[in-house]
Amino acid sequence: MLISQFLILGAILFCIGVYGVIARKNAVLVLMSIELILNSVNINLLAFALRNGSADGHTFALYIIAVAAAEVGVGLAMVLLIYRNRRSIGLDELSEMRG
Amino acid sequence: MMFAASEVLAPLRGGWFLENAWLAPVVPTIGFALIVLIGKRLPKKGSEIGVLSMLVSLVLASGAAWQWIQRVGAANEEQFVAPVVRTWTWWQAGGMQFTIGQHIDGLTVVVLFVVAFISTLVQIYSLEYLRGDRRYTHFFAALTLFSAGMLAMVIAEDMILFLLGWEIMGLCSFMLIGHWWEDGANSRAALKAFFTVRTGDVGLLVGISMLFFAANDWTTTNLGLSGFSIRGISAWALSGEPNSTVILVAAFALFIAAIGKSGQFPLHTWLPDAMAGPTPVSSLLHSSTMVVAGVFLVARLYPVFFTGLDILGPSSNVIMVIAAITIVIAAALAFVQTDIKRVLAYSTVSQLGYMMLGLGAGAWLPAVFHIFTHAFFKACLFLCAGSISHSASHHSFDMKKDMGGLRKHMPITFASWTVSTLALCGVFPFSGFFSKDEIIDNVGANGYTFFMVVGLGGAFLTAAYMTRATYLTFFGQARGASAGEHDTHDAHDMHGAHDAHSSHDTHDTKHDSPHESGILITAPIAILAVLAIFSGLFNATPFGESWEYMKKWVEPRAVVVVQPSAGGPGAALVLSLPEAESGYGDSPCGKETPVDGICYAPQVNHAKFKWSKALLSLALVFAGIAISWLLSAAFYGRRDPRLVGLTQRNGVARAGYRLLANKYYLDDLYERGVVRAVVGPMAQGAYWFNQKVLDGILHGIARVARVVALVVYRDIDQRVVDGAVNASGELAQSAGTTVQPIQSGRVGHYGALLFATAAVVALVFVILNT
Amino acid sequence: MIAVELFTAQNIGFAVISLLMIVAALRVVTTSNVVHAALWLVVVLSGAAAQYVLLAAEFVAVTQVLVYIGAVMVLFLFGTMLTRARIGTERDLNNSYRLLGIPVAGLLFAAMAIAIVSSFGDEELPGEPRLIGVPEISDQIFGPYLLPFWALSFVLLAAIIGAIVLARKD
Repeated sequence: MLISQFLILGAILFCIGVYGVIARKNAVLVLMSIELILNSVNINLLAFALRNGSADGHTFALYIIAVAAAEVGVGLAMVLLIYRNRRSIGLDELSEMRG
Repeated sequence: MMFAASEVLAPLRGGWFLENAWLAPVVPTIGFALIVLIGKRLPKKGSEIGVLSMLVSLVLASGAAWQWIQRVGAANEEQFVAPVVRTWTWWQAGGMQFTIGQHIDGLTVVVLFVVAFISTLVQIYSLEYLRGDRRYTHFFAALTLFSAGMLAMVIAEDMILFLLGWEIMGLCSFMLIGHWWEDGANSRAALKAFFTVRTGDVGLLVGISMLFFAANDWTTTNLGLSGFSIRGISAWALSGEPNSTVILVAAFALFIAAIGKSGQFPLHTWLPDAMAGPTPVSSLLHSSTMVVAGVFLVARLYPVFFTGLDILGPSSNVIMVIAAITIVIAAALAFVQTDIKRVLAYSTVSQLGYMMLGLGAGAWLPAVFHIFTHAFFKACLFLCAGSISHSASHHSFDMKKDMGGLRKHMPITFASWTVSTLALCGVFPFSGFFSKDEIIDNVGANGYTFFMVVGLGGAFLTAAYMTRATYLTFFGQARGASAGEHDTHDAHDMHGAHDAHSSHDTHDTKHDSPHESGILITAPIAILAVLAIFSGLFNATPFGESWEYMKKWVEPRAVVVVQPSAGGPGAALVLSLPEAESGYGDSPCGKETPVDGICYAPQVNHAKFKWSKALLSLALVFAGIAISWLLSAAFYGRRDPRLVGLTQRNGVARAGYRLLANKYYLDDLYERGVVRAVVGPMAQGAYWFNQKVLDGILHGIARVARVVALVVYRDIDQRVVDGAVNASGELAQSAGTTVQPIQSGRVGHYGALLFATAAVVALVFVILNT
Repeated sequence: MIAVELFTAQNIGFAVISLLMIVAALRVVTTSNVVHAALWLVVVLSGAAAQYVLLAAEFVAVTQVLVYIGAVMVLFLFGTMLTRARIGTERDLNNSYRLLGIPVAGLLFAAMAIAIVSSFGDEELPGEPRLIGVPEISDQIFGPYLLPFWALSFVLLAAIIGAIVLARKD
């Protein structure tokens, strides 16, 4: 196995996730795209852990999984709140930040 | 052995105060934190902490100054008196160490003492001046932090701490100038000050970075110091190592920072506007802190400027040109101001020009000495102005409308003002004479005759405009508020601070007529006035070599030193040059690279004092005072009986001049009077303002000078400088409007921009690295 | 020679799984049904777990299955249910400017691909990898990486409280 094949797979997933973040309007779908990005990072970490024979990559992959869980929890709670206030979770309607 | 005459010199003396001078900025910083946290709950609203912390700083600074004098006294005549340096490493990464620390030498202790001293007096003064202010506690917090910033900058061992103190001062000046921000003009003035200084700060950042990258290798190898260290940079600049272009650009960038901070042309416009702050702030800002920071920067990194800008070279350098323009322009502008604080502000700009001129012409010591003396008399002048507005003119600063004839009512203020004015003008026994004359003298002695003439002309103008201000304020008849007239919408009401409390209002109604201020105001003024008289004696060159204390204590000795690897700091500095026995004046730390060893200070010359030269400048000063007095007496008020003898020669002034209530009518008379009195052609700088109202009927030199003055004010000051400021504002606005659609507020748009930028940057790095 | 090495069991497994993952990931970001997107995401996450096994990281793979597929997906489905009355195909899930995403993603991929190929090229992963067991990972977590662990615990606690505060009705 080459190391590049895992890294390229990670890159592809990352870019698909980026496309999702940009293109999706629905907040839940944006969160899913972010999960794609986080997983691509995990693949990279574990590939390098195997290459270097160290457990650091494993440790941080676990940390990332935990952070992702926390992020989804808070993210979905926010989505729920937005939905309750606006009866919609279309992100393009949330443009109060416009300068 | 090459250094046959080398000898291990006596170890230098230290001392607790020298070792712990770093406490001087730390104490006010703690004071600031305490005021912010618990100030409002204290009986005196936190002001006691401010005054106390400044007093502690003053004690520390005085102790350090005293022990430094001991240290210099104990050292050999030719010995390099090493600064007392202590550092702590706070960050270490990639083989680089970032330290914070103190660097105590002659320059440091002088400025440290001045800052601590004047800060203390100003805080005591503020106790009374701002009593009952709405943001009394905040004021003292900001004032304390302001002083702490300056003190930190002064003791800085490296450029990072220097930058930190510099920026703290910028921030605090913003808070203090905009103290009464309810008035839109005040907050605009604060913003103007902040942004103008900030423009210059870019230069400081660029300069520090350039010096670091250029000097770091050399300093690490030869001295074991980082490229931020002031000692390292100084030694590097004089080592003959630096590329001339690099050090030129770095010096230029640093000088831009000094221009912004010290209000040199063309970034001087913020200084008069900074008068919007409370008067104690103006006093502190204009005497010892903030504006002196730019001059201090040049003095501190003098070797960089010395080498980079070729100071003492055959041609004039940028520092001198800018300084000369500043001296003349600011002095001319001071003539047309009616606001007493603005006169003083332009006077400060002009005096800072003198300091810069001195530094640019190689007169390092006189320039530093002028920082020292100027701080006392300028602080005193500002505090006097504040005292007048506090107790006599109902918070107005308008000399023409609300002052006049105050000398009888305010004897202490009047006496202090007079003394300080004479010091500022450079009249013989007062302090300004010794410092300003030294600068002019040395500029001439170093071969820059033209700039010496500019300096003399500036001295003449200074004497003239200060006489005008003195006359308007203290002589003639009382006008406006000081005559007891109550304006319903005077400045007093516009200052949100003063109408918010009742104590001040009762105080006003109780003493309706002008009166002397309280002891908390007069005491600092009197102390400063005494120093305005005597501080010049610290370097009284006219009295001979033995009076040149400043030269002995403050000026770093330009000798080549070899630092042995072992031994404590400064313990065993070896003097390496046989010729040095003939005195440190002959050491080779000039333009040539030292053969071996290190120079920390460049070799500068000192002019021999000659009474003939001093008499010339004194004559000019007295001429300025006399001409201005005659004109003022003729145009601003009735002739004083005591002046009969003086005015006979002129023949213009007649007892029939009456005080004019109408401003334009007054201007009209002034106008015609000037026309008649153009015997002294240089006097007309004062009246071009009136030409805006009335068409000039001037001829000859008067007309030429008027046009020049107009061009300076209208075209350069108003159009070019303000135009540039406005244009940059418009540019920013149009750029903002153009890119506004990008700020759609949509997360997706932001995400796309973010990732696109990251992709482009990543691509650039990838391409660069492959 | 190369061809023979290419067709090892591991490589074939990698190719199949990663193809599945890419297709599933594309469906996640293009499908017009939120529930379908969530199910496609399950496919991607399971594929990732399989890749972790290939990378000799069994413990991480198990955690991935437990946490992601077990818990996070349930959260997603709940979120979908709570915010939409109707579950089914919907229009209007994409932004009007979604085409902007294609060049951005392409640019990013180009940058990363160039960097990866030029840095690692044909570098082989070790054929006999050092096995990293759970004890070693726990030594790492509670040893040198204890501080991030504490920070993470705090983040999780804050997330729990935050989620409650945000989502409760009052």
